[in-house]
Amino acid sequence: MTPGDTSGAPGVVVVTGVGRWLGAHVAARLAADERIERVIGVDPAPPNPELADLLSDVELIRLDLDSLGGLLLDLDVDTVVHLALVTAPDPQQGGRAGMKEQNVIGTMQLLAAAQRAPRLRKLVVRSSTAAYGVSFRDPAVFTEETEPREVPRGGFGRDILDIEGYVRGFRRRRPDVTATVLRFAPFIGYAADTTLTRYFSQPVVPTVFGRDPRLQFVHFDDALEVLHRSVAEDHPGTYNVAGPGVLSLSQAIRRAGRVAVPVLEPGLAGVAAIARSLGFGGYGLDQVDLFVHGRVVDTSRLEREYGFTPRSTAAAFDDFIRAHHGGVVVTRDQLAAAEQLVLESIRQVRSTVRERS
Amino acid sequence: MSSPEERRDARYDVPLGVPDPDAEPARRNGHRRVTAPAARPAAPPDEPDTSADEPGVPGPATPHQPAKKTVAKKTVAKKAVAKKTVAKKAVAQQATADEAPAGKAPAGDTPPGPSVADRPGDHWDRKVAQGLAFLRRRLAGDYEVDEFGFDPDLTDAVVHPLVRLLYRDWFRTEVSGIEHVPDEGAGLVVGNHSGTVAIDALILSTALHDRHPAHRYLRLLGADLVFRMPVVSEIARKTGGTVACNPDAERLLGNGELVGVFPEGFKGVGKLYADRYKLQRFGRGGFVSAALRTGTPIVPVAIVGGEEIYPMLADIKPLARLLKLPYFPVTPTFPWLGPLGMVPLPSKWLIEFCPPIPTAHLRDAADDPLVVFNLADQVRETIQQTLHKLLERRPDPFGP
Repeated sequence: MTPGDTSGAPGVVVVTGVGRWLGAHVAARLAADERIERVIGVDPAPPNPELADLLSDVELIRLDLDSLGGLLLDLDVDTVVHLALVTAPDPQQGGRAGMKEQNVIGTMQLLAAAQRAPRLRKLVVRSSTAAYGVSFRDPAVFTEETEPREVPRGGFGRDILDIEGYVRGFRRRRPDVTATVLRFAPFIGYAADTTLTRYFSQPVVPTVFGRDPRLQFVHFDDALEVLHRSVAEDHPGTYNVAGPGVLSLSQAIRRAGRVAVPVLEPGLAGVAAIARSLGFGGYGLDQVDLFVHGRVVDTSRLEREYGFTPRSTAAAFDDFIRAHHGGVVVTRDQLAAAEQLVLESIRQVRSTVRERS
Repeated sequence: MSSPEERRDARYDVPLGVPDPDAEPARRNGHRRVTAPAARPAAPPDEPDTSADEPGVPGPATPHQPAKKTVAKKTVAKKAVAKKTVAKKAVAQQATADEAPAGKAPAGDTPPGPSVADRPGDHWDRKVAQGLAFLRRRLAGDYEVDEFGFDPDLTDAVVHPLVRLLYRDWFRTEVSGIEHVPDEGAGLVVGNHSGTVAIDALILSTALHDRHPAHRYLRLLGADLVFRMPVVSEIARKTGGTVACNPDAERLLGNGELVGVFPEGFKGVGKLYADRYKLQRFGRGGFVSAALRTGTPIVPVAIVGGEEIYPMLADIKPLARLLKLPYFPVTPTFPWLGPLGMVPLPSKWLIEFCPPIPTAHLRDAADDPLVVFNLADQVRETIQQTLHKLLERRPDPFGP
């Protein structure tokens, strides 16, 4: 521990991946916190123009993760928040190879630099519930201790396993650093834009035939809150971050007023790959596996240690629906009206029959 | 309990001489009152809300008949909801929506109101309204699913009524010792597995839910093969099942649920007819350690009747290996009659719950293999002896 420093709010915080949505919001939020002296945003690319306003209070440095070591030393950084993860391959950023470079090699370089930073005392790493892998023998609910039974087929899942492995190594070598790993469920909310939110925004939604996976989401604002608390407070360890409760996929599609189209499972991965190469869909093995197996985690450790309960999965999904009501095919009111109509016509028929007899 | 007459009188108000229960369409939906219109004015005692609203309903029975028929058809098609479930499920937000079609006098604030007044006390009106409300709830996604994927709304409205036909009318199941199943808190129900196709699990959970005073749901633990198969896996999850593994079992027991397990697994389901009612090996006794760790009482249950539904004469092992199944059955009807071979033979079923075995005092011994094996043996012996006792009570497997 750094001498003279009380536990809690840190002095200088480095946030990686500020060019992206999550990183920019976290950096802005930390910069607004008076307890934190200085927030430095790091990203090799300049941030999106629409995020620029947000980052007005953040010192931006355009830097690759491999040259981070000098920065950490020069600026006496005591906290690193690693958010520079790519969840889906982007053809403009080198596809899957670029994604792996960013996720795995980037994390390796960051951890190597962090290991040599003597004043560092806190590390917060974004992970994902994809760390549990997928298997038919999986328990229904994953706790933080559950080991993956099979290595996931999807690229993102494999990257996450690698990243967590490196963080375990870092913890061994630097036991004095408070390392927090946050396994986030898929983000959702009024403003989130991810593969899954794009999926649910379509009017017609493909699903896997005979499978109705259990899904969990975490609201984007709650994810920000948890990240903020991880920086401002000390919470060593690994935590599942998800909205309590469960939605089944069919239920989520119905709540969103969309129409599900079941697709046969064999060959689905291939179809998804072809669709991706043709430039639409963008679903990989990560999504196919999620839609076959589903994924539910236990969040009691987060609630206990952080004293914070994210809004429920259903509430987070409702917030998303409200923002994306454009593509609704069937609305609740239409269903209620149809119900009334059928009841009414039954009554009519009955009364005529009664009169005639 | 022992005299057969007594049992019959208590459970069946149907002439006992009926050999084929399928020949009674009147009992289809489980409402015997329909067959006796004379009993109508006395008002259905299980529907207190109507009788309170509309006192003294005269309504001669005859003019109802034609109308009732048309509606009846629709209701059967829509799988009307059992009334107790709706009462339970009526969430505050749906209350207003459900009230209007529930066939009561339209309240002042409900917008249009039916143009034709309902005949008060009509049972089918309620059924149709409930069926439609159920459909709307399903289509709008207005129901709750727990973390294991259990969907009580669907289970009550669709699965239980279907299995009820099977267990009550087709298998004429008699249940005894239901008082040994705890009214609240966790319990581990351990049964013998049989029947080539494991419908005994479904029958056990529906029978327990129907006959138990607290109408408890049995959360079944299934082999991972069940969860590999599309469709089947979702039915299993939605009816409350989950993968048989210690984390899930302990989580369910820790939540105070009633968990059902068949430790024989496929060895029990896929045994030959010649080996009927011989309990197979109980595996590693994982169910015992789950019970010990949570201090849950174990309730052994013996199920007689499951072995005769698809008597397995032979097992074609090469074909099973080819299809990656644990066994490939040959029954007197199965491959020969094609899909007709899937109809289970109408054997007579007896289910007996045995007195619970407490485990709270052994909580520290969950990792002691000797304690675990001894307890597993005790459970196994109890089930085997109860099976013999029940078999003596049922000399004819296809008897009434």
